Amino acid sequence: MTEPSTTESHPDSAILLRGIGKSFGRTRVLDGIDLEVKKGELCVFVGPSGCGKSTLLRLIAGLESATEGELLIGGQRMNDVAPSKRGLAMVFQSYALYPHMTVYQNLAFGLSLGKTERAEADRRIKEAARMLQIEPLLDRLPKQLSGGQRQRVAIGRAITRQPRMYLFDEPLSNLDASLRVSMRAELSRLHKELRTTMVYVTHDQVEAMTLADRIVVLNVGHVEQVGTPLDVYHRPRTLFAAGFLGSPKMNFLRGKVTEVGEHRVVVGLDGGGSAAAHVEPGIIQVDDAVTVGIRPEHLRVVAGDQGAFSATVQLVENLGDHLLLHLDRRQIDGRIIVKLVERRAREGDVIGFELPPEDCHVFDDSGVALARSDLGAAPRSGTD
Amino acid sequence: MKAGKLAKGTGFYLLVAVIVFSAVFPFYYAILSSMKSGSELFRSDLFPASWNLGNYRSVFRDQPFATTIWNSLQVSFAVVALSLFLAITAAFALARIQFRGRALLLLTILGVSMFPQVAVLSGMYQMIRALGLYNHLLGLVLSYMIFTLPFTVWVLTTFMRDLPKELEEAAILEGASSWVIVTRVFLPLMWPALVTTGLLAFIAAWNEFLFALTFTYTESQRTVPLGIALMSGASPHELPWGNIMAASVIVTVPLIGLVLVFQRRIVSGLTAGAVKG
Repeated sequence: MTEPSTTESHPDSAILLRGIGKSFGRTRVLDGIDLEVKKGELCVFVGPSGCGKSTLLRLIAGLESATEGELLIGGQRMNDVAPSKRGLAMVFQSYALYPHMTVYQNLAFGLSLGKTERAEADRRIKEAARMLQIEPLLDRLPKQLSGGQRQRVAIGRAITRQPRMYLFDEPLSNLDASLRVSMRAELSRLHKELRTTMVYVTHDQVEAMTLADRIVVLNVGHVEQVGTPLDVYHRPRTLFAAGFLGSPKMNFLRGKVTEVGEHRVVVGLDGGGSAAAHVEPGIIQVDDAVTVGIRPEHLRVVAGDQGAFSATVQLVENLGDHLLLHLDRRQIDGRIIVKLVERRAREGDVIGFELPPEDCHVFDDSGVALARSDLGAAPRSGTD
Repeated sequence: MKAGKLAKGTGFYLLVAVIVFSAVFPFYYAILSSMKSGSELFRSDLFPASWNLGNYRSVFRDQPFATTIWNSLQVSFAVVALSLFLAITAAFALARIQFRGRALLLLTILGVSMFPQVAVLSGMYQMIRALGLYNHLLGLVLSYMIFTLPFTVWVLTTFMRDLPKELEEAAILEGASSWVIVTRVFLPLMWPALVTTGLLAFIAAWNEFLFALTFTYTESQRTVPLGIALMSGASPHELPWGNIMAASVIVTVPLIGLVLVFQRRIVSGLTAGAVKG
């Protein structure tokens, strides 16, 4: 009913969600989601299981209906439009190939339902098969294919429909690790080749970081942060987003604000030591409880007692090109992990660490990050 | 050691022999009797004295047995076709569509099959009369579905429930209607279940006696079990055992043939859904 105005105000939006909410009975799965997916971008919904990312995707696909809010695709309200009329194709985690049909028939099924001419359908199928290198498999049944091949066929089935948008629901989760890496690269290539909008759901933050033009971090039914992968990585808006992206995850140290300056906050850490951070204090005041976040690769080793804190190395994990040190600081919740590239260390060593101000994040006690000052070295990327 | 093994082996095959014998003997005796005539019938030989097919000829010559078989074929195939069609469509709704009272409906369907046939006989009779189907094969088709539908619906519902949801969703996104999903996606996957339930329905309809006896009265509408039971001899005091046995053998053959043809499908159908493939 409000179509025309939206078309004008968001000319380059492929999907627009306004106040989308979804409940299953008493359970609230999605709550007031506002989101825009731009035309041609690969947008990744990421979050832990149960965060509502799959429900959100299924809602866009039309397999679920929103309890409230508005869903616009290409500027048109789609809440009550049949899934097949939304012009999108979906790739499922379980591939969902029709077991009794050959690969060719699988690709042709949707086209024949859509009354595509036989010659045209054949051309599209051949084209998709070439693109995905499944030409030799066209006469086989799905059960004769490997997992990776099945996933290619599932993607091929989506491509032949020439949708205006692709939806992927954890498409790589059923593949083994090495195959996942190569399929990930292939999906990335496919997106560059097709230049079509893609929405991709995953719980794997590596997939999110590597594939996405923009990441949407979801947590218990609401959006935590939207931004480019680097933006979310370097400028997390919330404690959750900071902890979810990055592996090993960001270290969190509790403390109290001891000093508030211009573009600068100094935090006295629980259990001793202090850290200065290049962030905008905003309304934060001295004595407020805060959490300092720092990524494992940003902690810097210093000699003696000059650093912010020192700790005993409890465990050393050697991953070849780098070491991961697990530190024990009993006063702090959770363990601290440090990534060392050039130095060596042994279990039992007591090492001092410094927290570089430009790499420190500060979160207030409701988990919201203080804006980072642009004094640091963190690369600026994306805008929003 | 070796002797013990031998004894075990012998014991096993002895047991198998006993089981096979007790299962096959009645049928063997029927075949034997079907080849006898006159007073031979009253001698209990274990081996045929002669291959006398006179009874088989007489069943078709002296009795209207060809008509009877034709009736039974019509009724049974109609029952199977109708039952499967109704059960497939019902199973799709019961397995795939959320609606209020679904569980209750399923239980009711199961409940129907708990009544003995006699219990519904008089009610059924009234219904058949009211519909004008008395002494009509259609009346039999209708009444047989009272016992074929509950199990076809139940088996197909459980089978359809186990089919992956994503298959249906993928088809929906490709623009398939419910009818297309059922016929072009689900049906080809359900062959084992269809064959098994269809065959069981066929056997049930083929062998049914009570309804056939109650709802028909002319010889031309009789089905096989009725035809055999009501076979009359040359005089009212003579029971034509030879003919009866010959007829019994004849009507069992199609069933055995069907089972043999679909043997492998039946096995996979009966175990389907038990273990995830």
